[in-house]
Amino acid sequence: MMLGIIVFFLLASLLFYVIFGGADFGAGILELIARKKDSARTQELTYRALGPVWEANHMWLILAVVILFVGFPQAYAILSTHLHIPLMIMLLGIVLRGTMFIFRHYDAVKDGSQIWYARLFAWSSFLTPLFLGMILGGTILGQIDLEANSFFEAYLAPWLNGFSIWLGLFFCLVSAFLASIFLTIESRQESEKHQLSRKAFQINVLMFGMGGIGLVGAGFFDTNINLAAGVLHHYWEGYQGWLVMGVGSLLWGATQYCLFTNKYSIARILGVGEVSVVLLGWIWLQHPAMIIFKDGTNLSLTQAAAPDATLMSLGWALIIGSVLIFPALFYLFKVFKQ
Amino acid sequence: MTDLLAARMQMAVSLGFHIVFACIGMVMPFLMAAAHWRYLKTGREIYKQLSLSWAKGVAIFFATGAVSGTVLSFELGTLWPEFMKHAGPIFGMPFSLEGTAFFIEAIALGIFLYGWGKINRWVHFGSGIVVGISGVLSGILVVAANGWMNSPTGFEGDLLSGNVYNIDPIAAMFNAAWFSQALHMTLAAFVATGFAVAGVHAFQLLKHPNSEFHRIAMTIAMIFGSVAALLQPISGDISAKDVANRQPAKLAAMEAHFETEKGADLLIGGIPYEEEGVVRYGIHIPNALSFLAFGDFDAEVVGLNDIPKEEHPPVAVTHFAFQIMVGAGSLLMLLAVIFLWWRWRRKDIAWPGWFLKVLAAATPLGFIAVEAGWTVTEVGRQPWIIYGVMKTSEALTPMPGLVWSFGITTTVYVLLSLMVIWLMRRQIRVVNQSFEPANPKS
Ligand code: HDD
Ligand code: HEM
Ligand code: HEM
Repeated sequence: MMLGIIVFFLLASLLFYVIFGGADFGAGILELIARKKDSARTQELTYRALGPVWEANHMWLILAVVILFVGFPQAYAILSTHLHIPLMIMLLGIVLRGTMFIFRHYDAVKDGSQIWYARLFAWSSFLTPLFLGMILGGTILGQIDLEANSFFEAYLAPWLNGFSIWLGLFFCLVSAFLASIFLTIESRQESEKHQLSRKAFQINVLMFGMGGIGLVGAGFFDTNINLAAGVLHHYWEGYQGWLVMGVGSLLWGATQYCLFTNKYSIARILGVGEVSVVLLGWIWLQHPAMIIFKDGTNLSLTQAAAPDATLMSLGWALIIGSVLIFPALFYLFKVFKQ
Repeated sequence: MTDLLAARMQMAVSLGFHIVFACIGMVMPFLMAAAHWRYLKTGREIYKQLSLSWAKGVAIFFATGAVSGTVLSFELGTLWPEFMKHAGPIFGMPFSLEGTAFFIEAIALGIFLYGWGKINRWVHFGSGIVVGISGVLSGILVVAANGWMNSPTGFEGDLLSGNVYNIDPIAAMFNAAWFSQALHMTLAAFVATGFAVAGVHAFQLLKHPNSEFHRIAMTIAMIFGSVAALLQPISGDISAKDVANRQPAKLAAMEAHFETEKGADLLIGGIPYEEEGVVRYGIHIPNALSFLAFGDFDAEVVGLNDIPKEEHPPVAVTHFAFQIMVGAGSLLMLLAVIFLWWRWRRKDIAWPGWFLKVLAAATPLGFIAVEAGWTVTEVGRQPWIIYGVMKTSEALTPMPGLVWSFGITTTVYVLLSLMVIWLMRRQIRVVNQSFEPANPKS
């Protein structure tokens, strides 16, 4: 029972981090790909949209990590050992983009250093989700080998592979997509809204293409040719996989339609739905496995769970916390995001 | 450099960096609230300007504090996975509560920094207070977790083999060390931030003697810093008595106390020679250590000779760090007394230049004491990561090449520190320009 509640909070914080943190990264990626003459305007918009909420958006990551190390210590220990290197790189990205975002805005003197803040912010906004995606990839790909005896096998192979990079890039696209559908609504100029929604449309097409390549690749090749087949085959087995793909595609189509017809608020809801289905659907397909190992075995949340007394106190802490957090969060968004 | 050393250094650098921003994050909201309160009461613009200028600086510190805290919550795993695997479920309670405190803090901060003119002024004022309270709460919680590493409780069985039962996360949180450490740390944050802010404004007062802005700012910061600085030695004494009971090896290292004896002397200064087990050039105060540690001039104080050699903490580092903390604490207390006395006796006379100079020179002193104090606590606990239960070497990640991650972490943090200092100087320059337009120097 308590385990269920804790898993619920873990999934919720993961989902919220992907959505809100992702939109946050995406804003930086959009700056990266914006044309020079638009970039000042994009920056202005990013700041207005993110300023008040960026710190809260990143709390979801902290929450997920805390739940992991208190409630599922074994999983935390394995991941942080074998994914040490990508975690460090991701942290570097988090440090750089958080500080550069704030420095850029709060530097009392606006001079040439602005260019550097902006550059570092934009590049680290790309680096962070790339490696976050690679870390997720490493978790599920099945290349973590607890018995490995070479440095490469133990600390590089799990995440330095085609599948993880694919997932990392996919997550960058997801981030940029979320940012553009959110910013479409924040923007106060018709022309800019139009431009952003077109961008969202294009990125969504790319996402579909990239997801499709992965799934088809997994469907046609076996694990000898394509490591990812070991993970993605779930999609081609049983009705569940078809259900996830079906609902995802439907939402995708509906999002595109709304973007095309300028129904921005509905597009935002559908787009978030689309991303949630991709993430939650996948977790549903591979559950109960969480970390997949090279020898084919896996670690499930139940196996990794801490003793009952810990789960009880963690669960209550989360319940009580959410009673305090959600109204406050609601108020924050209400004040700044009418 | 061995992997173990690299990991320990990386942990020390990351924590030493974070703690500065954490202290500022805990205390600045109260300073801003004080200025804000004066503004709401008197309606004088200068108070609002002060609160706003501080808020600009604070946004920079908060962002840096938040990201360096995020780094820490991963580093506990990337560097010490064995520790986290076994200890996480036991000492995790404060961290899970802390998550809430952080969240509330981040939300309230967003409202506070961006809410000027957007929401009711009292709600806005309240949001600043909430930032401060949740900051202090998260500080207390995380220190309670650290307290558990010094005095592990709340479980039975053998932690190392994973064969533990009767886990009680609440008892682990309220371990024997939590109170003395949390009290001492909270006061330390007020001392360090109060004196640092006062020092910066004192320095500006020397350059712009007529600036009302800097005078008000310095006074508010000094009031907070001074009150805390007067209480700090009392709380330090509670801490010392606690350590004496719970971690005799740490006390022995702090005092470079090599031989067990009754009626032990308090040592001030001196250079410990660990190999020979002697201290040279120190000042001895007869029987004072026994009294300070146990409240009895003739109490027996365990020396390092009664502790197995492989369980000795590094004596010299611990001893020097302790001397630095107490030295800094005594100086700051003296400054606090002078300040409070002066304010009480001669309210409206301008501050003498020498006092401003001393305050300006003391800007970093509180933070030096904080770093030194943590060095005492952490190095004095060695070789244990969980006192008496798990050795630091047993907790280390198997990944080799940690010197790289230590090097990168250190480089990033050094650069960030330099940038923050540079940004603050630019901040102050702009403030001066907008407040002393007539002053040719600014
Ligand atoms: C402004 C900072 C500051 C000042 C002025 C002092 N301290 Fe301190 N001290 C700290 C900041 C600090 C700290 C950084 O906050 C520590 C580290 C761990 C802790 O709980 O507080 C600490 C630890 C610490 C410990 C070890 C606690 C433990 O390991 O559990 C002792 C025995 C003292 N202090 C004693 C003193 C005494 C007798 C002081 C007399 C003036 C003093 N401190 C001033
Ligand atoms: C309250 C939260 C803290 C926790 C949970 C914590 C935890 C740890 C851990 C796990 C280590 C590595 C293992 C070890 O060396 O024992 C460590 C080492 C260290 N920490 Fe802390 N620490 C905390 C606060 C701090 C702070 C604020 C400082 C500030 C300077 C600090 C300074 C150090 C130092 C200097 C070391 C290296 C000690 C050595 O290896 O000789 N710690 N800490
Ligand atoms: C004695 C040691 C510590 C104290 C007093 C302390 C206190 C604080 C405070 C007051 C804040 C909020 C202020 C700010 O954002 O600038 C903060 C932020 C944070 N700390 Fe620490 N901390 C300590 C050590 C640690 C350790 C060991 C960890 C990791 C496990 C940690 C994790 C975090 C995180 C994740 C944040 C970001 C929260 C936010 O964005 O508001 N801290 N810390």
